[in-house]
Amino acid sequence: MSAFNAIGEEREIDRDEFTPGVEPQPTWCPGCGDFGVLKSLKQALPEIGKTPEEVLTVTGIGCSGKLNSYLDTYGFHTIHGRSLPVARAAKLANTDLEVIAAGGDGDGYGIGGNHFIHSARENHDMTYIVFNNEIFGLTKGQTSPTSPKGHKSKTQPSGSAKTPIRPLSQSLTAGASYVARTAAVNPNQAKEIIKEAIEHDGFAHIDFLTQCPTWNKDARQYVPYVDIQESDDYDHDIHDRAEAAEMMRETEDVLNEGTVLTGRYYVDEDRPSYQEEKSAVGELPDQPLAERYFDDDVEWERSYDLLERHT
Amino acid sequence: MSSDELIWRIAGGSGDGIDSTSQNFAKALMRSGLDVFTHRHYPSRIRGGHTYVEIRAADREVQSRGDGYNFLLALGDSFARNPQEEAYYGNEEIKPLSENLDDLREGGIIVYDEGLVSEEDVEAINLEERAEANDWHVFPMDLRSLAREHGREVMRNTAGVGVTAALLDMDLEHIEDLMSDAMGGDILESNLEILHEAHDIVTEEYDFEHDLRVPEGSHESQQALLSGSNAIAYGAIDAGCRFIAGYPMTPWTDVFTILSQNFPDMGGVSEQVEDEIAAAALAVGASHAGVKAMSGSSGGGFALMSEPLGLAEMTETPLVLIEAMRAGPSTGMPTKPEQSDLEHVLYTSQGDSQRVVFAPGNIEEAYEQTRLAFEIAWDYQIPAILIYDQKLGGENTNVDLEFFDREPKPDLGSTLTEDELREAAHDNSGKFKRFNHEDAENGVSPRSLPGQKGGRYLATGNEHSPVGHISEDPDNRVAQMDRRIEKLESIREELDEERESTQTYFGDETADYGIITWGSSQGAVEEAIGRLNENGHSVKGLSVSDMMPFPEQEVTEFLESVDEALVVEMNATAQFRGLLQKELGRFGEKLTSLLKYNGNPFEPAEIVEGFEVNLADEDREPTAQVRIEPAAGD
Repeated sequence: MSAFNAIGEEREIDRDEFTPGVEPQPTWCPGCGDFGVLKSLKQALPEIGKTPEEVLTVTGIGCSGKLNSYLDTYGFHTIHGRSLPVARAAKLANTDLEVIAAGGDGDGYGIGGNHFIHSARENHDMTYIVFNNEIFGLTKGQTSPTSPKGHKSKTQPSGSAKTPIRPLSQSLTAGASYVARTAAVNPNQAKEIIKEAIEHDGFAHIDFLTQCPTWNKDARQYVPYVDIQESDDYDHDIHDRAEAAEMMRETEDVLNEGTVLTGRYYVDEDRPSYQEEKSAVGELPDQPLAERYFDDDVEWERSYDLLERHT
Repeated sequence: MSSDELIWRIAGGSGDGIDSTSQNFAKALMRSGLDVFTHRHYPSRIRGGHTYVEIRAADREVQSRGDGYNFLLALGDSFARNPQEEAYYGNEEIKPLSENLDDLREGGIIVYDEGLVSEEDVEAINLEERAEANDWHVFPMDLRSLAREHGREVMRNTAGVGVTAALLDMDLEHIEDLMSDAMGGDILESNLEILHEAHDIVTEEYDFEHDLRVPEGSHESQQALLSGSNAIAYGAIDAGCRFIAGYPMTPWTDVFTILSQNFPDMGGVSEQVEDEIAAAALAVGASHAGVKAMSGSSGGGFALMSEPLGLAEMTETPLVLIEAMRAGPSTGMPTKPEQSDLEHVLYTSQGDSQRVVFAPGNIEEAYEQTRLAFEIAWDYQIPAILIYDQKLGGENTNVDLEFFDREPKPDLGSTLTEDELREAAHDNSGKFKRFNHEDAENGVSPRSLPGQKGGRYLATGNEHSPVGHISEDPDNRVAQMDRRIEKLESIREELDEERESTQTYFGDETADYGIITWGSSQGAVEEAIGRLNENGHSVKGLSVSDMMPFPEQEVTEFLESVDEALVVEMNATAQFRGLLQKELGRFGEKLTSLLKYNGNPFEPAEIVEGFEVNLADEDREPTAQVRIEPAAGD
């Protein structure tokens, strides 16, 4: 018998269940793109049969980090840039949990960039949503890793001399097996992409464009947007790495020229997840590790039985 | 020369098989009934560089390295760089011989490989002259040719062991047994041939007059030879730890390796990750999801763990970290021991963050306190850190096998089951009051795990309300802060009142003088106290393990009972003495420090000398490379 009976529970789920009964006053500004992520998640989760208590939402620091304050699942609001290592371990500890990590562009592509690369490389079975508003919001408007070149801010008064990071290309190169970009202004596409990402077995990365009306006024509101799957102008094969790379590069290039391309960029259903790989080499138990501590039938190994080699 | 103990030093280059040879030789001595203690000295290099392992064996308990040593097997460094050229590091080939002479006791024995070390080089270091002056017995042997003849050159070390056994009149039985356990086929055969050939050459061709022999002893029960790193890893296994995340760094890597090798067979998980920030964050994540998890590192890597450590404290996520100190600052001396990360471990991470810190003083304590760290961390939902060093981690000693015959304790402490959660307090919307300051006992509010029904809450590094919502309400802030602080006070109470003290005492209770120490310097202090009392002094000792929460009562009683105390620790800034004064707020005028930070651990004689120099109150300096830091007002 499982000690975690919220997991896999079959029942009707109301999307209101994901709204905290005692809802904290959001710290997000009116018109903030972050509301779009929250709304799409609240829609996506019940549609794929997930209940609040089988989901662990792990966030970093920044406006985006407040996501799990307003999304009523199990939540872990961690420290700046470290949502991924915390989330990865929770998934390894209890492989039955649905683990979603989230953070901003500074959190994920800046301070947590190393974790982003390695989590994608290892292909952990989880979803990672990056709220990309091309700015540091909560600290009041400094240039971020995705800010366009020339972007002026209090810390780059003469305009940034740095070329922005290429989040999609980097994700693909690092090894993510599902890569998409969506935008807060496109809630239906966002919901569908979130559902696919959660159901994908492996590291699913969503670069989520979230407009910041307060600190990034000169940036686009990400309208009009183009869905590359819907548009006749684009028809790259999402299973083809080279075509995906090309499409990503173009998407990243044109964003700063005002063209907002969104959609699925790369999907690799054949690559085994890290959990499967680790299991295959005998380094991940079949039973979720967290269950072991509640299982009366487990005979705990003792160091005493290892001592022969020392005698 | 004292003949009641053998201190055998095998010296060579890194890569010459010093470690494995010494391990087997130590085991052979243990099997013959002796107590053994090993000390490893090595450079931060893969090949070459002067390295040695010292094995002290006696028919009584040995808890420390000795003073100097009495048998040198100098293999010479077969991986020496540019041995013929004058480089700044000098002629490395002969270093295993030349660099070890200063510590060799009068009447000691030297065996060196004349197949590798040239005659001119030996002349250049005036070996003959020095041997005469010190009454050393020198046995040059062509170990290299012997090894080549029957096997491969690397088997020089086996030849050296054969020579050692012959010169000490030691039975080869245990050595042969251990070789048979470790190898097979042609390799075993070659090694056995080399062992016997070397042994026979010595007994047949050499006359020797020295009186050094292997002492005779016996054990009442079966012994196991293991290191501090083994003991920590085994303590973690028996505490039910089944998740470790880490990044390699000397000397913590040993524990990481042992657990990584054992966990797959025990249903556990080991993760080598991108950096130490991730390592500590993974341990937090795994613990949050319900697994007994740990991580660890050494100085620099531990510095990176500061922020996840604070997160664990604030979110009340149980966590065990281990910190294997090495000489700092910065990269320092990676393979040399030092006790200089105490303040780093006690105070790192922002805010009034608090954690439990234990510093075990020997191998049994390393095992016990690792278990204790897990128990307290999971009962009180607080990070517990085990601080040790390269010395304790790397030294091997024999322990009664039965010491480990214990029940595992994998329970998750103050974690609720789903049944218990149904009875627990929730807010109006059904969110679990995970951080409930109203009903907390000893500051502890029981926790739930993700995936449990009825346990939903938010964990956050921000200050938070009982269900975990971010809150800056002043009343809530004070209530939560006070509750978290209460946990540490409750732990002190439990340690004082419900558990056997983790502090260790030596000597006669009524003694006038005290020596106080912590961590791995314990063994040398214990031995020094014995000798000081033999020398007519009146000295007792206290070795402290609880660094936080500090055992105020015990240490106060000890210091009140002595006229003066010498504080012995391996660092340059008297960090432990600072802690004593901070925690106790007095005794400054009673505490003199004896400090050593040259990269080598204390020898008992250095502590004896330091004590006597200080007591004599004369204007003389200790001859050893140590420093006396006078008491306040002196």
